[in-house]
Amino acid sequence: MNAPTLIPDFVNRKSFIELDARARAQSLFDEGTSKELVGPFDRIESPWLAKQGIAPQSDDGCIVIKGKIGGSPVVAIAFEGAFQGGSVGEVSGAKMTAALDLATKDSEAGKPTAAVLLLETGGVRLQEANLGLAAVAEIISSALALRQHAPVITIVAGTVGCFGGMSLVAGVSSYTIMTREARLGLNGPEVIEQESGINEFDASDRALIWAIHGGEQRVGMGLADSLVEDDADKVAAAVRACVHKGVPEKHRTEQVELYRARIAAIDTSSQIDPATLRQQWASPKGGVR
Amino acid sequence: MKEQVGLRGNAWFKALTGSDTPNSGDPHSVLATTAAFGNESALFLCVVPDEDSRFPCVRDGQVGLEEAFALAAHIRAVIAEDHDKPREAKRPIIAIVDVKSQAYGRREETAGIFFAAATSADAYASARMAGHPVISLVAGQAFSGGFLTHGYQANRILAFDDAGIVIHAMHKEAAARITRRSVAELEKLGHEIAPMSYDVRDYAKLGLLFKLLHADDPQHPTSNEVAEVRNSITEAIADARKGKLDLSNRWESDAAKTTRKGTLAVRAALEAQWFNE
Repeated sequence: MNAPTLIPDFVNRKSFIELDARARAQSLFDEGTSKELVGPFDRIESPWLAKQGIAPQSDDGCIVIKGKIGGSPVVAIAFEGAFQGGSVGEVSGAKMTAALDLATKDSEAGKPTAAVLLLETGGVRLQEANLGLAAVAEIISSALALRQHAPVITIVAGTVGCFGGMSLVAGVSSYTIMTREARLGLNGPEVIEQESGINEFDASDRALIWAIHGGEQRVGMGLADSLVEDDADKVAAAVRACVHKGVPEKHRTEQVELYRARIAAIDTSSQIDPATLRQQWASPKGGVR
Repeated sequence: MKEQVGLRGNAWFKALTGSDTPNSGDPHSVLATTAAFGNESALFLCVVPDEDSRFPCVRDGQVGLEEAFALAAHIRAVIAEDHDKPREAKRPIIAIVDVKSQAYGRREETAGIFFAAATSADAYASARMAGHPVISLVAGQAFSGGFLTHGYQANRILAFDDAGIVIHAMHKEAAARITRRSVAELEKLGHEIAPMSYDVRDYAKLGLLFKLLHADDPQHPTSNEVAEVRNSITEAIADARKGKLDLSNRWESDAAKTTRKGTLAVRAALEAQWFNE
């Protein structure tokens, strides 16, 4: 009857990357359990952008959704890469800090509440410079406080990637989930080319960029935890698995001596080959914990 | 002309600890020592330029991979040693900050500087959360990822009040380029919009600072000035010991009530709408 299908899987899958921040966050929750908090109708906008002739957005590019994942309480906080490059301003940053703090409060009261951070961001919003940088420091602090009680799970799906100060937030997370299309690093290629010259980093070299910052590399070298396809169901399943696993026995950023020794072993006389480094750092368990 | 980043940091490290020799096993860009302070001892940390660093992109005083892991290792050692002591006996950790930025290099990105920086920020924050008073003394520049790695997790931040102090997310030229403005326009905006300003007196309006300090020439402090700074650090340590372990003092400060209305509005609204079933 049915001819063998020639339609490959990716035609029918629901792309995660093509969703906006709100839809991405919503897609993670158990059906009928989630609600957006301090949404666009609360109209808490950036107090600084209009003064500079830039149109603010009613959610400041940060979406907070509370609900359940696999039956457990979770708050998701998503940065919208399409608004000001997903940058961290006073309001968007405060939303993330406040949500993490409330999750900590519930966790301390005996109701462990995990956080899922959806990071598509170039880092600090330069129009709010010092309040953006301060917000990043506060987010790091609040994420560290929560991760003692419940996992902090970061998703970098693409296509903006996660750069600048927010890459440290990914760094302190309990688990980081990435797609092949995602990038994670402190400085983007353009910034390095600008600051240190084209010989240091040629920002037009796409292959080099993905070899260094790409999801496959970051997971392969053990600085992120799972590589998923660009498929909303698979991302949601990966998040459920992390929520279920709970707080890891030891967080990656607590393993100072291991990584210090790894850095000490690097030959810096020329540039480091990403593939070789990945091989050296890869552990049989796919991570270091 | 080469910028003189790190010289002030070095000068204050020496003034407060009596030495400025790197430890064996540490990169020459990291100064770390436990020194007597008042009637207790404190861990002092500073990142300084090392023109011979094997990582070329940190040679002007940027914070790179080795710096971040060395800082984290020293802090973690102190946390472990003081683990069983009561809060009031936990050693203060004093970060002397004079950093140009994080390292902008390919080697650094390849080996995951984002993670190295996170490791150091984690160590500082963990010390604070464990009850160590963590004090930052901004003696020169405190830029962006450099400050996030070294100093911005402190309970209390002190800074000098002169033109040599710059606390910011990005240096002027780059910030102007990215926001498509001229440097002159950026400077003008800074006077109207406090978070964009490069002037430490405007930074003080954000409510993030414990106190502004003064020295006529912070690179060559007099013994009186050193004594005054010691008093201010002692005051900051005492204040930190009786305060909370998180960073809420920053948005609950008097200055923040005017400048960070947005932050406070978000926190109030989210708390009001938070539900738990």
